[in-house]
Amino acid sequence: MRRLLRAKDRMDAASHEDWPVERLAHVSGVSVAHFARSFKQAFGVPPHRYLLTRRIERATALLRDTDLSITDIAFHTGWASLGTFGRTLHDVTGESPGAIRMRGRASPREVGRVPACFLSAADRPDLTIAVSEKRRRLAGGINGSEE
Amino acid sequence: MSQGVEVVGLYVRDQEEALAFYVEKLGFRVHTDVRNGAYRWLTVQHPDQPSFQLGLFAPGPPVLDTETAQALRTIVAKGAMPPLVLAVDDCRAAYDRMRARGVEFTQEPMSRYGGVDAGFRDPSGNGWKMIEARRP
Repeated sequence: MRRLLRAKDRMDAASHEDWPVERLAHVSGVSVAHFARSFKQAFGVPPHRYLLTRRIERATALLRDTDLSITDIAFHTGWASLGTFGRTLHDVTGESPGAIRMRGRASPREVGRVPACFLSAADRPDLTIAVSEKRRRLAGGINGSEE
Repeated sequence: MSQGVEVVGLYVRDQEEALAFYVEKLGFRVHTDVRNGAYRWLTVQHPDQPSFQLGLFAPGPPVLDTETAQALRTIVAKGAMPPLVLAVDDCRAAYDRMRARGVEFTQEPMSRYGGVDAGFRDPSGNGWKMIEARRP
Protein backbone atom coordinates (compact mmCIF):
# COMPACT_ATOMS: atom_id res chain seq x y z
CA MET A 1 0.00 0.00 0.00
CA ARG A 2 2.76 2.38 0.95
CA ARG A 3 4.38 1.58 -2.42
CA LEU A 4 1.18 2.34 -4.30
CA LEU A 5 1.07 5.70 -2.57
CA ARG A 6 4.58 6.37 -3.84
CA ALA A 7 3.37 6.01 -7.43
CA LYS A 8 0.43 8.30 -6.69
CA ASP A 9 2.81 10.86 -5.15
CA ARG A 10 4.94 10.77 -8.28
CA MET A 11 1.91 11.52 -10.45
CA ASP A 12 1.01 14.36 -8.08
CA ALA A 13 4.48 15.84 -8.34
CA ALA A 14 4.63 15.66 -12.15
CA SER A 15 1.09 15.38 -13.48
CA HIS A 16 2.15 16.95 -16.78
CA GLU A 17 4.33 13.94 -17.60
CA ASP A 18 3.12 10.78 -19.26
CA TRP A 19 2.38 8.04 -16.77
CA PRO A 20 1.78 4.78 -18.61
CA VAL A 21 0.87 2.01 -16.23
CA GLU A 22 4.25 0.32 -16.86
CA ARG A 23 6.05 3.35 -15.47
CA LEU A 24 3.80 3.50 -12.42
CA ALA A 25 4.19 -0.20 -11.75
CA HIS A 26 7.95 0.27 -11.95
CA VAL A 27 7.83 3.06 -9.33
CA SER A 28 5.84 0.78 -7.06
CA GLY A 29 8.01 -2.23 -7.77
CA VAL A 30 5.09 -4.48 -8.69
CA SER A 31 3.76 -6.11 -11.87
CA VAL A 32 1.62 -4.13 -14.30
CA ALA A 33 -1.45 -6.31 -13.76
CA HIS A 34 -1.10 -6.14 -10.01
CA PHE A 35 -0.59 -2.38 -10.07
CA ALA A 36 -3.64 -1.55 -12.17
CA ARG A 37 -5.89 -3.71 -10.05
CA SER A 38 -4.59 -2.67 -6.65
CA PHE A 39 -4.48 1.06 -7.44
CA LYS A 40 -8.16 1.08 -8.36
CA GLN A 41 -8.96 -0.97 -5.28
CA ALA A 42 -7.00 1.35 -2.99
CA PHE A 43 -7.93 4.76 -4.37
CA GLY A 44 -11.28 4.11 -6.02
CA VAL A 45 -10.30 5.24 -9.53
CA PRO A 46 -7.98 3.76 -12.15
CA PRO A 47 -4.56 5.47 -12.34
CA HIS A 48 -5.13 7.24 -15.67
CA ARG A 49 -8.35 8.78 -14.40
CA TYR A 50 -6.67 9.90 -11.19
CA LEU A 51 -4.01 11.59 -13.32
CA LEU A 52 -6.74 13.33 -15.30
CA THR A 53 -8.26 14.78 -12.12
CA ARG A 54 -4.87 16.15 -11.08
CA ARG A 55 -4.30 17.72 -14.49
CA ILE A 56 -7.68 19.38 -14.39
CA GLU A 57 -7.06 20.61 -10.87
CA ARG A 58 -3.75 22.11 -11.93
CA ALA A 59 -5.16 23.65 -15.10
CA THR A 60 -8.00 25.21 -13.12
CA ALA A 61 -5.52 26.74 -10.67
CA LEU A 62 -3.37 28.10 -13.50
CA LEU A 63 -6.40 29.55 -15.28
CA ARG A 64 -7.49 31.27 -12.10
CA ASP A 65 -4.15 32.40 -10.70
CA THR A 66 -1.89 33.16 -13.65
CA ASP A 67 -1.94 35.09 -16.89
CA LEU A 68 -0.56 32.21 -18.94
CA SER A 69 -2.35 31.73 -22.22
CA ILE A 70 -4.79 28.83 -22.48
CA THR A 71 -2.47 27.17 -25.01
CA ASP A 72 0.45 27.42 -22.60
CA ILE A 73 -1.65 25.98 -19.80
CA ALA A 74 -2.73 23.06 -21.99
CA PHE A 75 0.89 22.15 -22.71
CA HIS A 76 2.09 22.85 -19.15
CA THR A 77 -0.47 20.45 -17.73
CA GLY A 78 0.27 17.56 -20.04
CA TRP A 79 -2.19 17.69 -22.92
CA ALA A 80 -0.95 16.92 -26.40
CA SER A 81 -3.22 19.45 -28.08
CA LEU A 82 -5.30 22.48 -27.26
CA GLY A 83 -8.38 20.78 -28.71
CA THR A 84 -8.13 17.75 -26.44
CA PHE A 85 -7.58 19.99 -23.44
CA GLY A 86 -10.61 22.18 -24.14
CA ARG A 87 -12.86 19.24 -24.96
CA THR A 88 -11.86 17.17 -21.94
CA LEU A 89 -12.13 20.12 -19.57
CA HIS A 90 -15.55 20.94 -20.92
CA ASP A 91 -16.75 17.36 -20.70
CA VAL A 92 -15.60 17.04 -17.12
CA THR A 93 -16.46 20.43 -15.66
CA GLY A 94 -19.14 21.64 -18.06
CA GLU A 95 -17.17 24.82 -18.73
CA SER A 96 -14.67 25.99 -21.30
CA PRO A 97 -11.18 27.11 -20.19
CA GLY A 98 -12.14 30.72 -20.90
CA ALA A 99 -15.26 30.48 -18.76
CA ILE A 100 -13.34 28.92 -15.87
CA ARG A 101 -10.83 31.73 -16.08
CA MET A 102 -13.52 34.41 -16.06
CA ARG A 103 -15.41 32.85 -13.18
CA GLY A 104 -12.22 32.45 -11.15
CA ARG A 105 -11.37 36.09 -11.61
CA ALA A 106 -14.88 37.32 -10.93
CA SER A 107 -14.84 35.82 -7.45
CA PRO A 108 -11.54 36.62 -5.78
CA ARG A 109 -11.06 34.40 -2.79
CA GLU A 110 -9.49 34.82 0.58
CA VAL A 111 -6.58 32.58 -0.36
CA GLY A 112 -4.07 33.83 2.17
CA ARG A 113 -5.29 31.71 5.04
CA VAL A 114 -5.46 28.36 3.27
CA PRO A 115 -2.30 26.64 2.00
CA ALA A 116 -2.43 26.76 -1.79
CA CYS A 117 -2.22 23.03 -2.33
CA PHE A 118 -5.29 22.34 -0.19
CA LEU A 119 -7.17 25.17 -1.84
CA SER A 120 -6.55 23.81 -5.30
CA ALA A 121 -7.51 20.27 -4.23
CA ALA A 122 -11.06 21.59 -3.87
CA ASP A 123 -11.10 22.10 -7.65
CA ARG A 124 -10.24 18.47 -8.36
CA PRO A 125 -13.12 16.85 -10.22
CA ASP A 126 -14.77 13.85 -8.61
CA LEU A 127 -14.62 11.48 -11.56
CA THR A 128 -16.69 8.53 -10.49
CA ILE A 129 -17.24 7.47 -14.09
CA ALA A 130 -14.99 7.51 -17.12
CA VAL A 131 -15.02 10.63 -19.25
CA SER A 132 -16.07 8.57 -22.27
CA GLU A 133 -19.01 7.23 -20.29
CA LYS A 134 -19.97 10.73 -19.26
CA ARG A 135 -19.85 11.84 -22.90
CA ARG A 136 -21.99 8.90 -23.91
CA ARG A 137 -24.63 9.68 -21.31
CA LEU A 138 -24.78 13.34 -22.23
CA ALA A 139 -24.99 12.51 -25.92
CA GLY A 140 -27.78 10.06 -25.23
CA GLY A 141 -29.79 12.77 -23.52
CA ILE A 142 -29.70 10.96 -20.20
CA ASN A 143 -29.57 13.29 -17.27
CA GLY A 144 -26.05 13.05 -15.91
CA SER A 145 -26.51 15.68 -13.23
CA GLU A 146 -26.56 13.20 -10.36
CA GLU A 147 -22.80 13.15 -10.44
CA MET B 1 -0.64 29.79 28.90
CA SER B 2 -2.41 26.84 30.50
CA GLN B 3 -5.40 26.39 28.22
CA GLY B 4 -5.48 25.18 24.63
CA VAL B 5 -4.66 22.19 22.48
CA GLU B 6 -1.87 20.20 24.07
CA VAL B 7 -1.62 16.89 22.18
CA VAL B 8 -2.68 15.90 18.67
CA GLY B 9 -1.82 12.39 17.60
CA LEU B 10 -0.87 10.67 14.37
CA TYR B 11 -1.30 7.01 13.64
CA VAL B 12 1.97 5.40 12.68
CA ARG B 13 2.72 1.86 11.55
CA ASP B 14 5.70 1.44 13.87
CA GLN B 15 6.46 3.70 16.83
CA GLU B 16 10.20 3.01 16.84
CA GLU B 17 10.46 3.91 13.15
CA ALA B 18 8.33 7.03 13.67
CA LEU B 19 10.40 8.11 16.65
CA ALA B 20 13.61 7.84 14.65
CA PHE B 21 12.03 9.81 11.81
CA TYR B 22 10.64 12.69 13.84
CA VAL B 23 13.67 12.99 16.13
CA GLU B 24 16.61 12.24 13.86
CA LYS B 25 15.32 13.51 10.53
CA LEU B 26 12.99 16.34 11.57
CA GLY B 27 14.74 17.47 14.76
CA PHE B 28 11.83 16.98 17.17
CA ARG B 29 12.46 15.99 20.81
CA VAL B 30 10.86 13.25 22.84
CA HIS B 31 8.38 14.66 25.33
CA THR B 32 6.85 11.52 26.86
CA ASP B 33 7.60 7.88 26.25
CA VAL B 34 5.74 5.60 28.64
CA ARG B 35 4.90 1.94 28.23
CA ASN B 36 2.21 -0.07 29.89
CA GLY B 37 2.37 -3.64 28.67
CA ALA B 38 1.89 -3.59 24.91
CA TYR B 39 0.68 0.01 25.01
CA ARG B 40 3.09 2.88 24.48
CA TRP B 41 2.22 6.55 24.95
CA LEU B 42 4.75 8.41 22.84
CA THR B 43 4.77 12.13 22.12
CA VAL B 44 7.36 14.39 20.54
CA GLN B 45 7.75 18.12 20.44
CA HIS B 46 9.05 20.76 18.10
CA PRO B 47 11.98 22.49 19.86
CA ASP B 48 10.39 25.91 19.31
CA GLN B 49 6.96 24.88 20.50
CA PRO B 50 7.02 23.69 24.11
CA SER B 51 3.27 23.90 24.66
CA PHE B 52 2.36 21.41 21.94
CA GLN B 53 2.99 17.68 21.65
CA LEU B 54 2.64 15.53 18.57
CA GLY B 55 1.55 12.02 19.53
CA LEU B 56 2.93 9.05 17.61
CA PHE B 57 0.44 6.30 18.25
CA ALA B 58 0.27 2.78 16.87
CA PRO B 59 -3.29 1.55 16.35
CA GLY B 60 -3.79 -1.84 17.95
CA PRO B 61 -4.92 -3.89 20.91
CA PRO B 62 -5.85 -3.30 23.69
CA VAL B 63 -7.33 0.04 22.56
CA LEU B 64 -8.44 -1.13 19.12
CA ASP B 65 -9.21 -4.58 17.81
CA THR B 66 -6.84 -6.10 15.28
CA GLU B 67 -9.17 -5.61 12.32
CA THR B 68 -9.75 -1.91 13.05
CA ALA B 69 -6.03 -1.42 13.56
CA GLN B 70 -5.30 -3.00 10.20
CA ALA B 71 -7.89 -0.77 8.51
CA LEU B 72 -6.30 2.31 10.09
CA ARG B 73 -2.80 1.32 9.03
CA THR B 74 -4.10 0.91 5.48
CA ILE B 75 -5.74 4.33 5.53
CA VAL B 76 -2.52 5.94 6.74
CA ALA B 77 -0.50 4.10 4.08
CA LYS B 78 -2.93 5.38 1.44
CA GLY B 79 -2.12 8.93 2.48
CA ALA B 80 -5.78 9.51 3.37
CA MET B 81 -5.23 11.18 6.74
CA PRO B 82 -5.90 14.92 7.17
CA PRO B 83 -3.42 17.62 6.16
CA LEU B 84 -0.46 18.40 8.41
CA VAL B 85 1.49 21.62 8.12
CA LEU B 86 4.98 22.32 9.42
CA ALA B 87 5.97 26.00 9.49
CA VAL B 88 9.61 26.78 8.75
CA ASP B 89 11.71 29.93 8.40
CA ASP B 90 13.48 28.80 5.25
CA CYS B 91 11.77 26.09 3.19
CA ARG B 92 14.61 25.49 0.73
CA ALA B 93 17.24 25.16 3.46
CA ALA B 94 15.00 22.81 5.43
CA TYR B 95 14.38 20.79 2.26
CA ASP B 96 18.12 20.40 1.60
CA ARG B 97 18.80 19.41 5.19
CA MET B 98 15.95 16.93 5.45
CA ARG B 99 16.54 15.44 2.04
CA ALA B 100 20.17 14.79 2.93
CA ARG B 101 18.87 12.84 5.92
CA GLY B 102 16.69 10.69 3.69
CA VAL B 103 13.24 12.25 4.07
CA GLU B 104 10.90 11.18 1.24
CA PHE B 105 9.73 14.38 -0.44
CA THR B 106 6.58 14.35 -2.55
CA GLN B 107 7.03 17.90 -3.79
CA GLU B 108 10.12 20.02 -4.18
CA PRO B 109 10.01 23.57 -2.81
CA MET B 110 7.94 25.85 -5.01
CA SER B 111 6.97 29.48 -4.70
CA ARG B 112 3.37 30.50 -4.75
CA TYR B 113 1.57 33.53 -3.46
CA GLY B 114 4.86 34.88 -2.18
CA GLY B 115 5.49 31.89 0.11
CA VAL B 116 7.45 28.71 -0.50
CA ASP B 117 6.15 25.22 0.20
CA ALA B 118 7.28 21.62 -0.15
CA GLY B 119 5.68 18.27 0.65
CA PHE B 120 6.99 15.16 2.36
CA ARG B 121 5.73 11.99 3.99
CA ASP B 122 6.66 10.19 7.16
CA PRO B 123 7.50 6.48 6.84
CA SER B 124 3.91 5.50 7.63
CA GLY B 125 2.45 7.66 4.86
CA ASN B 126 1.29 10.72 6.80
CA GLY B 127 1.59 13.67 4.42
CA TRP B 128 3.11 16.96 5.52
CA LYS B 129 3.29 20.34 3.84
CA MET B 130 6.26 22.38 4.88
CA ILE B 131 5.51 26.05 4.46
CA GLU B 132 7.65 29.14 4.67
CA ALA B 133 5.25 31.99 5.20
CA ARG B 134 5.27 35.03 3.02
CA ARG B 135 7.64 37.64 4.40
CA PRO B 136 5.77 40.73 5.63
